[in-house]
Amino acid sequence: MTEQGKNSSPVIHSHTYNIPQDNIDTDQIIPAQFLTTTERGGLGKFCFYGWRFNADGTAKENNPLRDHRPDRQQVLVAGSNFGCGSSREHAPWALLDYGFRAVISSRFADIFCNNSLKNGLIPVTVERQVIEYLHAHPDSNVSIDISRRQLTVGEYGTFQFPLDPFSAFCLTRGIDELDFILQKEPEISAYEQRYSK
Amino acid sequence: MPQQSPSDSTLFEKLWQRHLVMAESAETPALLYIDLHLLHEVTTPQAFAELKRRGLRVRRPDRCLATIDHSTPTSAPEADGKRHYVTDQARVQVETVHRNCEEHGIVLHGWDSPNRGIVHVMGPELGATQPGMTIVCGDSHTSTHGAFGALAFGIGTTEVGHVLASQCLLQSKPKTLGIRIEGDLAPAVTAKDVILHIIGKIGVGGGTGSVIEYYGSTVRAMDMDSRMTLCNMSIECGARAGMVAPDDTTFDYLNGRPNAPRGADWDTAVADWKTLKTDPGATYDAQVDIDATLIRPSVTFGTHPGMVVAVDAAIPSSDADESIADALEYMGFQAGESLADESVDVVFIGSCTNSRLSDLRAAASIMKNRKVASGLRVLVVPGSEEVRRAAEAEGLDRVFIEAGAQWREPGCSMCIGMNGDIAAPGELVVSTSNRNFKGRQGPLSRTILASPLTAAACAITGKVSSPQQFLEADND
Repeated sequence: MTEQGKNSSPVIHSHTYNIPQDNIDTDQIIPAQFLTTTERGGLGKFCFYGWRFNADGTAKENNPLRDHRPDRQQVLVAGSNFGCGSSREHAPWALLDYGFRAVISSRFADIFCNNSLKNGLIPVTVERQVIEYLHAHPDSNVSIDISRRQLTVGEYGTFQFPLDPFSAFCLTRGIDELDFILQKEPEISAYEQRYSK
Repeated sequence: MPQQSPSDSTLFEKLWQRHLVMAESAETPALLYIDLHLLHEVTTPQAFAELKRRGLRVRRPDRCLATIDHSTPTSAPEADGKRHYVTDQARVQVETVHRNCEEHGIVLHGWDSPNRGIVHVMGPELGATQPGMTIVCGDSHTSTHGAFGALAFGIGTTEVGHVLASQCLLQSKPKTLGIRIEGDLAPAVTAKDVILHIIGKIGVGGGTGSVIEYYGSTVRAMDMDSRMTLCNMSIECGARAGMVAPDDTTFDYLNGRPNAPRGADWDTAVADWKTLKTDPGATYDAQVDIDATLIRPSVTFGTHPGMVVAVDAAIPSSDADESIADALEYMGFQAGESLADESVDVVFIGSCTNSRLSDLRAAASIMKNRKVASGLRVLVVPGSEEVRRAAEAEGLDRVFIEAGAQWREPGCSMCIGMNGDIAAPGELVVSTSNRNFKGRQGPLSRTILASPLTAAACAITGKVSSPQQFLEADND
């Protein structure tokens, strides 16, 4: 099991949903007004809240997620620099709870990428032309093979994406990162002794 | 050009090597030791809950330091001490961090502490932030502490749990980006204008995957408050961290602070800190040169911190960039036009970027003996209790209050708006904070990022204005 009990299956098969915008920041993904929670769960209803709802709580007409079908489309295709801004882990928690299992972008912000991998949300980084193809072909059938680090887009092709080997290993084998770190206790203590920490 | 020797290394490389519990291998990331773990109420409750679930203790409570800053009201308490939280949930979050810190023996600066403040203001003030350290916090603006020659970066809540339990983090080695800034700054141009200019130049993803080192004559001439402003916004160009090599300015700032070393320990520490600089022959993975003499008072015109323009210059064309067109539609601005004379509704002076004493002095220098424009709401929020005391001791609070601004209690306040300090839908805020994302300062609020001098100038005129006119007027 991973820490949050979200043991990712090694291959995700799903359809895509497009939000073709660059620089989608974590304030958009989960606005700050919902960060006073002390829990991890239940944030899906606040995901992209400002895009989905007016200030008075009524639904917005031009909501970029209005056509999303969570049962079918569990892969979000965004523009570049997805997840920039705040380090809030509430962003991947909200996306997962909303129903997404992977995000495809041409570049991810570092902290968002780390936070996602720790929770089993797969950040898939591919070249701009693949993103452009997906944006031109809504609801594409894709598969994401975590062990092989491959994204297959229908008949368009198969593309490698970067994923550090340790994250891939943890995700596919259900290895707990904190357990792994705690096994290094002798090394940590030796370090503290060596540097008088 | 000096000859590069194999032992030449960057400041970042030196800190990285010093903190390796285990080096990176083909299969696993490095295991990095963390010297200082800063904590606040927003990003820690789920981490403590995870420790509890596993039956783990905090490994080194002595290397943790906590505060309350995000969800805390900045209005004065009632006579009986009662605080007006925005929601019950906000109050519960503050109570939760108190309970967790007490249970694990972590020092927390709560309401009753004379040192409470925004986490990135308080750490340096206490001297807890020191050169050569690794510093993390569940907060992206942890990059601020890099101003002291520390390797400091934001982490997520799962990683907060890792550090609480093990004092270590798994980390892939980042790349390095050297940003050399040379030349004297023009009057009324500040570190805030420098970093806005840099983000505008390299873009909001320009630092992704990298640790930035800022160097050059402009950086050397900056005081610590300015260096903190510079490093603070490193994350806004996507960088993991920003750093400045420590020097006498750094040591003078730290000497005598409560958590700084003393006596012989101080001398030993300074001798070591003096070695923390990039060797002449070392190189960065990438490098950018900035001519500081060309920088003018700068503001953002769009919906991310890379959409930057000089305050009196025209907004660039959106023809080639859909995201600029979208941003301008949200902001209600036109490409090709200047922001000057755009009507402002709210001015916010505060945040971990610009709420230190020198920031408040700068704002007060313009607001002194002047009045805030009619109908404008101006919030001045000191970064910490220490900043508040120092500002009040020299009468800055009176300057702001007499001008018609609100002088509030320390906290993050309207930078993130979690505590209820927000702008109304559609309102235009000139803010000394760090993010102008859509709705950042309240649903449908619009944000222009600026320096304290520029924000103060806008407060007086009620319009987007350059501070240079006030400096000229005051010099006459």
